[in-house]
Amino acid sequence: MTEPAVETTMEGSVQSSAPNTPWRRLEPRTAAASGVVALGAGAAGGAPTLVGIGIGDASFPMAAVLVVAGVVLLVGAVVVAELVRLARTRFRVGPERVELCAGVVVRARRSLRCERIRSVEITADPVLRVLGLAALRIGTGTAASASEKPLELRALRRADAEALRRTVLDPSAANRRTSNQAADRSDSTADDTLLTSWDPSWLRYAPLSTLTVLLGVVVPGGLWRAADAVGLGDDATTRTVDAAHTMGLVGSLEVGAAVIVVVGVAATVALRAESWWHLRLAREPTGTVHVSRGLLTSRSASLEERRLRGVVLVEPLLPRLVGAAGLEAVATGLSSGGASGRRHDADRSDPKELVPTAPRGLVERVAAAVLGESVVPSATVSWRAHPPAARERRVGWATASALVPTVALAVLGVVLAPGFFALAAVALVLAVVVGRWWGRAGYAALAHGVTGPWVVVRSGMAVRRTVVLRRAGVIGWSMAQTPFQRRRGLVTLWLTTAAGDGRYAIRDVSEPAALTLAEEVLGVTASGACVPVS
Amino acid sequence: MSTVTVPIGPSRLRPPREALDPRVRAWWRLHVVAPPVLAAVVLAILALVLPGAGAWLITALVAVAALGVATAVWLPGLWYRRHRWELTDDAVYTRGGLVWIEWRAAPLARVQTVEGLQGPVQRWFGIATLVVTTASAKGAVTVVGIDDDRASALAAALTRRTQTVPGDAT
Repeated sequence: MTEPAVETTMEGSVQSSAPNTPWRRLEPRTAAASGVVALGAGAAGGAPTLVGIGIGDASFPMAAVLVVAGVVLLVGAVVVAELVRLARTRFRVGPERVELCAGVVVRARRSLRCERIRSVEITADPVLRVLGLAALRIGTGTAASASEKPLELRALRRADAEALRRTVLDPSAANRRTSNQAADRSDSTADDTLLTSWDPSWLRYAPLSTLTVLLGVVVPGGLWRAADAVGLGDDATTRTVDAAHTMGLVGSLEVGAAVIVVVGVAATVALRAESWWHLRLAREPTGTVHVSRGLLTSRSASLEERRLRGVVLVEPLLPRLVGAAGLEAVATGLSSGGASGRRHDADRSDPKELVPTAPRGLVERVAAAVLGESVVPSATVSWRAHPPAARERRVGWATASALVPTVALAVLGVVLAPGFFALAAVALVLAVVVGRWWGRAGYAALAHGVTGPWVVVRSGMAVRRTVVLRRAGVIGWSMAQTPFQRRRGLVTLWLTTAAGDGRYAIRDVSEPAALTLAEEVLGVTASGACVPVS
Repeated sequence: MSTVTVPIGPSRLRPPREALDPRVRAWWRLHVVAPPVLAAVVLAILALVLPGAGAWLITALVAVAALGVATAVWLPGLWYRRHRWELTDDAVYTRGGLVWIEWRAAPLARVQTVEGLQGPVQRWFGIATLVVTTASAKGAVTVVGIDDDRASALAAALTRRTQTVPGDAT
């Protein structure tokens, strides 16, 4: 059946598919880049120690010598290790395979068939960028086992990395290129269709996230820790406490909230700018969607278009209220990171993200362009609502969660003072109102439909996600029923795909609707699982 | 030439047609009973070594043993009634789960590999597990306990059939 995407073997046992392709080496200047990073780490560790001791202290000269010697040793060790690694690593890109031979003690040779390559990412941190280098990472959809982890080339010259990316994704172009290299290269950049590019005004959406509060708390906390590390912690603490005394309770709460908001906004805007500045989303003539972005660290990812199974419109609550949405790709070779546990926070490098939070109309136009449609399918689909029982379930769960404070206050009323019962009564009214609103809004978001070659699924209240999935990309289904759902005749249907999260849920749909949808999407009768309603 | 058209219309889920091999109950029973037996042995040894805590440990031992016996008596039968599977011309279907019932379907056109697996204990009972994988990391359809000869015959037949259909939608 299907061969594994990557074969890992000891050196010598792989039959070379293209013996005439020369082996290549990584760029030696990578060692310098790693040395600079090590120097930075050493300085970051050593400087606070020296500051803490203080220049006037008698032990300072000795400490300074030790710290400098330690940093020099660290940098030297890193550079030597990198030089050995670079000398022991070679790779070649043939018309059919990408081969990598690496390992200092145990030599492993990995061979990856070009047709199995699903994504190519290029990243360059600031140090690599200054040196004109970039790291290349070649992914093959299945991240099932360690032997199939992406193949990483760190680092190459920037231009080489770009050329290699195009070669790997389109081997036939590579063959053409060998005969007519210069002409082809200028062609391939000229024919790109720009789908969207960065607009600085999108930064206004960055603070509309829970990250704002989190960073607003974490960043000052981190600063205090840093101050503490260099011996200024006690001073900072006494000053803060004194200031709080002079301002009183209300005043210090106000100032505290203001600090959290200001710092949180600044931090989220900075993060968003760092990871999304210079965004360029383009379709290349080879049929590849290419995303490049990043202010300090530049990242670029290529998704082969025929591996693109769909897109997800992501609308968290606050951006949704101001008419903004983000866009993600559903492509094989891009797991959402859930399986490998590599999910970073929303603003880190993640090749599946195509557009950050931006005006919804624009995001929908980009989505349509990525999918090759004139209008995004979620706008043209005739939505099928879910049964009212789904609304009852949502209102029920939301109310139950909202009742937690009521119960806590009532317990306090029993244990501490009856005064808490009044608060519990207020919390009860609030819980019923909020639970009802939240549940109904969640139900309103719940819908699915089929239009042309697409199946569209929408759900979620805190984060509303609209998944547009190519029907041909759905490779199976599963359904599940909890006892609660069974009583109300509801099921959860999952459409399984080779792409993205692996399966997408359509929650709380009626049994007949689930079977109809499964049949429509897969084109296979669900006869093995259903009986007509008599 | 006659084509059967199944009307797309309101329909309800039904259990797949085939039950598992009845011997799977004995295999499950072994699985269910092993952890409480191990725990009981440990508790018994502790009770012998530490006579001071003897009463406590014996109470725990009795509780563990009672729990083990109860699950060994009830669970395999319940699972056996709940687990069902079916192979049609188009797809493989399974149903399983006790509280959380789950149906799974894999259209044969999208199947990547079909394997028959048999552990040492399964071999002793003469049963095997059939694993039908698709390109999705979460799409594998597993039939836990069917007769081993039948499992290998099915695996071979399904492999032949899926090979004739090109592409796996990866």
